Amino acid sequence: MLEVKELHKQFGSIHAVNGVSFKVEQGEVLGFLGPNGAGKSTTMRMITGFLPPTSGTAVVNGHDVITAPIAAKNQIGYLPENAPVYSDMTVVNFLRFAAEIRGFSGSARLRCVDAAIEKAHLEKVRNQSISTLSKGYRQRTCFAQAILHDPPILIMDEPTDGLDPNQKHVVRAMIREMAPRKVIIISTHILEEVEAVCSRAIIIANGRIVANGTPAELKTRTDSHGTLEDVFRALTLGDEPLRKVS
Amino acid sequence: MNFIHNTKAIFKRELKAYFESPVAYVFLVVFLMLTAFLTFAVGRFYESGQADLRGFFLWHPWVYMILVPAAAMRLWAEERRSGTIELLLTLPVTLTEAILGKFLAAWAFLTLALILTFPVLLTTLYLGNPDIGVALAGYFGSFLLAGAYLSVGLLTSAMTRNQVISFVISVVVCLFLLLAGWPPVTDLLIRVTQDHTSLNWLVTGVASLSFMPHYESIQRGVIALRDLAYYASVIIFMLFATHLVLENRKAA
Ligand SMILES: Nc1ncnc2c1ncn2[C@@H]1O[C@H](COP(=O)(O)OP(=O)(O)OP(=O)(O)O)[C@@H](O)[C@H]1O
Ligand SMILES: [Mg+2]
Repeated sequence: MLEVKELHKQFGSIHAVNGVSFKVEQGEVLGFLGPNGAGKSTTMRMITGFLPPTSGTAVVNGHDVITAPIAAKNQIGYLPENAPVYSDMTVVNFLRFAAEIRGFSGSARLRCVDAAIEKAHLEKVRNQSISTLSKGYRQRTCFAQAILHDPPILIMDEPTDGLDPNQKHVVRAMIREMAPRKVIIISTHILEEVEAVCSRAIIIANGRIVANGTPAELKTRTDSHGTLEDVFRALTLGDEPLRKVS
Repeated sequence: MNFIHNTKAIFKRELKAYFESPVAYVFLVVFLMLTAFLTFAVGRFYESGQADLRGFFLWHPWVYMILVPAAAMRLWAEERRSGTIELLLTLPVTLTEAILGKFLAAWAFLTLALILTFPVLLTTLYLGNPDIGVALAGYFGSFLLAGAYLSVGLLTSAMTRNQVISFVISVVVCLFLLLAGWPPVTDLLIRVTQDHTSLNWLVTGVASLSFMPHYESIQRGVIALRDLAYYASVIIFMLFATHLVLENRKAA
């Protein structure tokens, strides 16, 4: 279970995340929606222990990210925004490095790397230098790194960004397949993706949560009972949310 | 143990990264050619009529001043520029493990460069009867000096995402630490300030921070605890400062 408690992040005068709290249980896929600059990535960076919160904390399967960062990080698989990967390495060496840090050694290490390569469909570029990969393959390499250790919590910042339609489909199928055993959070700008994979969505604007519910619940929130896109626009274009849900 | 395991994993990755790019080979060639050129051509090794390595180690503080910041600038700046720091620091490793792994990898690389200068040692052995103890102390002192420069370079690399900026700041800091204790400069400063006892203290105080006196005393073949403690404290201080800088970074 992942519990986020009153997270705040201030960058100088910018209040990037302003009191975000929510809970996600095993089996849920939570979609993080919001306009550019809403604070989605910043929230994820605080949960994964990359940025220290100004105040508040997150508890990952009982491990507080502030007081027990290593134990918390062991629970998490993280795909950061723009999928950063060491471009001087080959795909397989990069994944072996991640596996080593994740505590795998010997044949277990080789096996978990091979499994991740297979799941992310990277066989073709296995021994290719990451610097020569296309954007989608980099994304998939970083994705493979995130699922390598079969983490109970999976946090992915725009996981399908840059993927071709076939790969988008594969990643969504994988998310659905993994969902029952994990807590999954994804951020996305693709609203169909939310309907396709998310059991719940949080819309965040200006660092605050403006809506939190199942995709079906969210759709009832405009008067016209329109699409998710209408709701998104209504909630994030104006200054105030139309109505409060939950 | 986790600490050793993680530090080793980062060490290996970082050391391999040097050899994945041509920069490492360029570095080694430039280092070897520069030390050889300075020793044999500028230092007039053959004409000096002495078969020892003094004329060789004499140049190391100056060569390192340029080359060590170049070897160190990538370490953190590149992680920050490319965003991989976000990946590294969300893996279950502590900042201390990451800093140590990188530092030790770069130091190992510099040590390799130093070891590859062995033909110079062989030449002196062939030409005469150098004091082997002094020669080994010279190598050891040079190894420590490289570590001290490197710790400065690691700190400046953590402060920016631009490798060139890291390089320039590091060269300036190293130059300062070098000149502050270089006899021509200290003698001059002491002469200038001789009427003001308080300033005189300042000059000797700053001079005692310098690499130079410690380097020279080891070059004479004396490995004193004082000098070892000096290098250890410089390195620990710089690594600690690197930790602080990375901990308080606002973003990648
Ligand atoms: N290191 C930083 N320093 C200053 N401001 C920052 C920093 N990182 C993020 N911000 C600001 O915080 C706010 C939230 O940024 P964040 O990256 O979390 O947005 P986002 O919701 O992920 O947007 P996008 O959809 O574009 O990815 C933005 O206003 C951004 O400019
Ligand atoms: Mg973002």
